[in-house]
Amino acid sequence: MGERLGSAADVRAGLEGVDYLADEAIAAVVFLADRLDKPVLVEGPAGTGKTELAKSVAAMSGARLIRLQCYEGLDEAKALYEWNYRKQLLRIQAGSASGGARSWDDVEGDIFSDEFLLPRPLLEAIRADDDVVLLVDEVDRLEVETEALLLEVLSDWQVSVPELGTVRATRIPLVFLTSNNTRDLSEALKRRCLYLHVDYPDPERERAIVMAKVPGIAEHLATQVARVVRSVRQLDLTKPPSVSETLDWARTLMLLDVDAVDAETVAATLHVLLKNRADIDRAARELRTAEAG
Amino acid sequence: MVDLLTGFVAELRAAGLPVALTESLDALAAVRHVDLGDRAAFKAALAATLVKRQEHRAAFDTVFEVWFSLRLPPGEALGGDDPALDGPALDADALSALVADAVETGDPAALAALARLAVSRLSGLDTGRPVGASYHLHQAWRRLDVDGALARLLGAASSGSDDGGPPGVLERRLRGDDLRVNADRLRLEVEGEIRRRLVSDRGAAAVARSMRRPLPEDVDFMHATREEMATLRRALLPLSRRLAVRLARRRRHRHRGSLDFRSTVRHSLSYGGVPAEPRYRHRRPSKPEIVVIADVSGSVAAFARFTLQFVHALSGQFSRVRSFVFVDGIDEVTRLFEGADDLAHAIQRVNTEADVIWAEGHSDYGHALTVFWERWGAELTPRTTVVVLGDARNNYHASAAWAVAEVGRRARHLWWLNPEPRSYWDTGDSVISEYAEHCDGVYECRNLRQLEHFVERIG
Repeated sequence: MGERLGSAADVRAGLEGVDYLADEAIAAVVFLADRLDKPVLVEGPAGTGKTELAKSVAAMSGARLIRLQCYEGLDEAKALYEWNYRKQLLRIQAGSASGGARSWDDVEGDIFSDEFLLPRPLLEAIRADDDVVLLVDEVDRLEVETEALLLEVLSDWQVSVPELGTVRATRIPLVFLTSNNTRDLSEALKRRCLYLHVDYPDPERERAIVMAKVPGIAEHLATQVARVVRSVRQLDLTKPPSVSETLDWARTLMLLDVDAVDAETVAATLHVLLKNRADIDRAARELRTAEAG
Repeated sequence: MVDLLTGFVAELRAAGLPVALTESLDALAAVRHVDLGDRAAFKAALAATLVKRQEHRAAFDTVFEVWFSLRLPPGEALGGDDPALDGPALDADALSALVADAVETGDPAALAALARLAVSRLSGLDTGRPVGASYHLHQAWRRLDVDGALARLLGAASSGSDDGGPPGVLERRLRGDDLRVNADRLRLEVEGEIRRRLVSDRGAAAVARSMRRPLPEDVDFMHATREEMATLRRALLPLSRRLAVRLARRRRHRHRGSLDFRSTVRHSLSYGGVPAEPRYRHRRPSKPEIVVIADVSGSVAAFARFTLQFVHALSGQFSRVRSFVFVDGIDEVTRLFEGADDLAHAIQRVNTEADVIWAEGHSDYGHALTVFWERWGAELTPRTTVVVLGDARNNYHASAAWAVAEVGRRARHLWWLNPEPRSYWDTGDSVISEYAEHCDGVYECRNLRQLEHFVERIG
């Protein structure tokens, strides 16, 4: 059982120390993940700080971050481990060149040893002696069949290498899986995880995030930024602005020396906040009226 | 604790949430690590272990609030007046001043106090009366007249502020957002208060039962309330995105086709004539062309609009989508969707611009389908999939099933989606089975789950 984190409140304070402002639910789930030795499945709209959460937890606890970026076509050799064929070949050739008539068993035992194993992120996280945080980014990009690769690692904390036997974790790493929800993950995977949905922050938290991440921004400007963004998110847009886009926008306003946002400024800088033609048009049109539609 | 949680999980299951046994064990393990006095942490622990889909979160919240609501002391349970609020009956002016004040400042204590007052005085709560919570909420809400107060405050905000000069457009809008958020919070407070009192009176299990709502994917299109419709529309975009990914992926991975002998021999040359690497003929991915014919008469309009929007959101997955709408006349509305970035807007234009009334404005499937066959029938090809949306309630007109038969013969597939429950089919003026004979399949399509299932089938 992990005892790395003291309490949910400690998690929250710790994350704040590395400039990640967690809300209560986030802190509670991270804390539980540590206590229950369970991976956390983080879902939510793009750009709400899912990946950032894992990085921040690593930074907070001084652990090493191991990242597995998922994509379609990811396989065992890229996720778990791979034998270093070239080195194995060299070893065999070197053996026969030196003239030693060694039995095949010797050679086999030799080339299927730790020295020739290339650990990939999952195995690396399992074998680590130090504290690690494993981030499996964008799991939803995996095919359903490949998802099964993760199951053994995530529930039993072990990896089976046929030639070597089963590698068990000595210390159970904290695991974060992120998903943008482009497809439903399998029930088997979901069952093994704690579920955390990270949504857009409320204006107060967003304001605090802006204050923390954009140094030197005036307090009232940060407040206005957060309120305008909330208003924009309420419109029926294809892609509502993410937190990272809010930050970009706040930085833009700083560069332009704006000290109070008005409708014209918003209209002129909307393209920082929104990246879709129809969305920009719509938001520009709506923000010129005082009534929310 | 174990009993309490078991009951809670049972209620979640009854509300339709899929909670596995291991998940409820996890929940038990999780609550050991949280401070039970900290309600938010307790809720987070249960949510993380029991709810694995965001769409189910609202249902979870409702059950949680009922099951673990703060119990009131028995004396105060119902009709028990708060001493602070006791006194002569409130007149309308004093009440509306209170409301305006609470909504304007958004002060949590004021909102909570107002909610308590509203529930004990205005909601008509009585011991033992078997009335649902929504009735009381409606009562209290109507008599508080929050919408009126909101309108007045918005009006005041736009006419001018204290520091002189009318505020900018943007500032007014932001202020409006604040006010609306506060009004929503008041509504939540009132709801919570009603729930608390009901639970103290009748027990959690009974209240939870009366508050069960279908999950978003199970909401019936035909009987959705306005709020449910809004939830559905919000669910539509992510759903179509998810489905598009799935369809595209499936098309890519579909079986590889037959052996390409020529290519295999050609490639065997690089292995010294050994056909080490068999080559296959890759089939060209064929995207179906979709023709949607939708009944948009009053009874099924919501369903038709929703489905049209859904199919067009998926249009990238089909080589072409053409849509027709009818009541007793029929009109093509494809042009309204083409190039439209904003589907909701396009749907609105369908309502206003489509020419669908021929005689009297009651559904006439026979006439509409006949006209369709005569005017557009020749454009159907063996690559076309035709989907008809409607309840086949023909108002006792001639069914003209022959037109459907012709369409079915010409198109690759002809599907019919009926938003009515199967048990209503062929009752009254429904002539669905006359059409069904000529369709490749007729499906009951009453909720998102069934619609998603269907689209995946034809994709």
